[in-house]
Amino acid sequence: MAESEFTQEIRPPKNTIGVLPWIKENLFSSWYNTLLTVIALGILFFLLKGVFTWAFTEAKWEVIPANLQLFAIGAYPIAEVWRVWIVLYTVCALIGLSGGIWGGLTLRFAVGIGGCGIVCAFLSMGISTLGWAIRAWVLGGVALLAALLFLGTRSVSVFPKIRRWVLVGWLLSFPWTLIMLRGFGKNAVLTTNWGGLLLTLILAAVGICFCFPLGVLLALGRRSTLPVVKWVSTAYIEIVRGVPLITILFMAQIVIPIFMSDNIRLDKVLRAMLGITLFSAAYMAENVRGGLQSIPRGQYEAAQAVGLNYPLTMLFIVLPQALRSVIPAIVGQFIALFKDTSLVTIVGLLDLLGIAKTVIANPDWLGLQAEVYIFVAAIYFVFSYSMSYVSQRIEEALGVGKI
Amino acid sequence: MSTLENATNDPIIVCEDVHKWFDDFHVLKGVTTSFRKGERAVICGPSGSGKSTFIRTLNRLEEHQRGKIVVDGIELTNDLRNIDLIRREVGMVFQQFNLFPHLTNLQNITLGPIRVRKMPKSEAESVALALLERVDIADQAEKYPAEISGGQQQRVAIARALAMEPKIMLFDEPTSALDPEMITEVLDVMRELAHSGMTMLVVTHEMGFAREVADRVLFFDEGLIVEEAAPAEFFDNPQHERTKLFISQTLQH
Repeated sequence: MAESEFTQEIRPPKNTIGVLPWIKENLFSSWYNTLLTVIALGILFFLLKGVFTWAFTEAKWEVIPANLQLFAIGAYPIAEVWRVWIVLYTVCALIGLSGGIWGGLTLRFAVGIGGCGIVCAFLSMGISTLGWAIRAWVLGGVALLAALLFLGTRSVSVFPKIRRWVLVGWLLSFPWTLIMLRGFGKNAVLTTNWGGLLLTLILAAVGICFCFPLGVLLALGRRSTLPVVKWVSTAYIEIVRGVPLITILFMAQIVIPIFMSDNIRLDKVLRAMLGITLFSAAYMAENVRGGLQSIPRGQYEAAQAVGLNYPLTMLFIVLPQALRSVIPAIVGQFIALFKDTSLVTIVGLLDLLGIAKTVIANPDWLGLQAEVYIFVAAIYFVFSYSMSYVSQRIEEALGVGKI
Repeated sequence: MSTLENATNDPIIVCEDVHKWFDDFHVLKGVTTSFRKGERAVICGPSGSGKSTFIRTLNRLEEHQRGKIVVDGIELTNDLRNIDLIRREVGMVFQQFNLFPHLTNLQNITLGPIRVRKMPKSEAESVALALLERVDIADQAEKYPAEISGGQQQRVAIARALAMEPKIMLFDEPTSALDPEMITEVLDVMRELAHSGMTMLVVTHEMGFAREVADRVLFFDEGLIVEEAAPAEFFDNPQHERTKLFISQTLQH
């Protein structure tokens, strides 16, 4: 007890400088600093004044709520929208369950998604033209998420294998989403009608989830001692990295059908997914390779000495450390991929940006480019920043740079 | 003093004319020796003499290019299955510990038994805890390697190797990277292990340990075994000029 009094840490003295002295010291310390401050403030004032006057008096934001459905799902027929809701509910259920089971960061993510849903359902009341039905759907999704979250927290002790099943569920959610959105028979919604944010998110999700394992395999391949594997991986990575994404998308849309027989017709969206995934995998491989190079030789030797073979060494020793050290680069690649999906506009798919272009081209909304593009940019930013935020939290949770 | 009481006559490691090159550099120039089951051998020699490379060829961390190595009846060749079999029988402790930094001390120990020996997790953990108890750091089980001292890390590394229930333990300068006050705690663990009858090959500069524990001391110089003898004879009556010089230099301090 008495000891702790002596060993108590002494904190550095508090910074006692107030606001005014700080301003004086940092902004007006000499005549030229004063001059610079005044000029900067002046420029800032005129810029902000321009932006605010435009945003609050001149801009015609009506274009956004009036076309909200287009932005969200493109030309997806309204009678079949229930399919989209089912897909969203599936994802909500999986997020809730995962949050409940794994806790920690996953739990916070699930709660965050739920919070966003509630905000969407209530905050925009009065501003947006969101119908009551949509609000009800959203709240229903949040309720489902919350219920499964609760169920998840309880299920682990009763049914320990549930973790494995939820992972399987996540894997199955990809084919499930595609099948559900498309449907069969005369009510089938062809992928040419998929659009807006829905298409952007599907392209990005498929790209992110499949380019990652592919990239890891390519990175391991490039470092392999087997000459053929090494040569093929290196050639693939270098060729793909030497070609712009647009070229690959064009090749996927135009060149592949030439080589394929007429009875096999790959779906247009599927071809775009393939192009994006294969393109990103090459970059992902190089990111992962950077992480692999940072693992000292002693780790491999220790793993071998314990008796682990190559796959086990990679899976349990090398990759966990290598990937952890390159999380920022990997998430950067994910964000780039998410934004790059906007290039599919060029091959005739109407993703979020494509829809923006069609809205602007509509005679009813002529001359409203600025409003539409700002809105679209804001959506891209929200998703990209969320990814960046989550990656920072993951880095913290895994203690990157701590050891 | 040093008896061969727990060393039998069956050789467990046999090396015949082992050669190793690093590019043009001829590291091992024909090493021929054998080790008996339960034998405790200390390998010493000046740096660059090939002693570390030699024990690393015994579990194929380094490949020998000529000669023959037979460990526990299995010859080391390029056959991956043989290499895997031998590595299960041979534990190794490194100069730089080489613990897995992303796993707790307990997980470091249980990884091999669970993944290689397919031991159930609960059983592997109780084995690991018993081993941590044996190396006297049971209270550090849930910590990460970066959170404990070098001496403690090396003891975890010894426990990790023991968890695979090896027949042979290789030590590659286990105390060279440690602060002086931590050397004793690691040597104590090794001493205890030696008394338990484990076959041990130890590359070390700890001559006191060699004199006290070893059945045989092997002196390496320029890729060859220059002299091998029981410690009493090795230290008190060295035959070779190079050995005499080495002993006089190491015993000066």
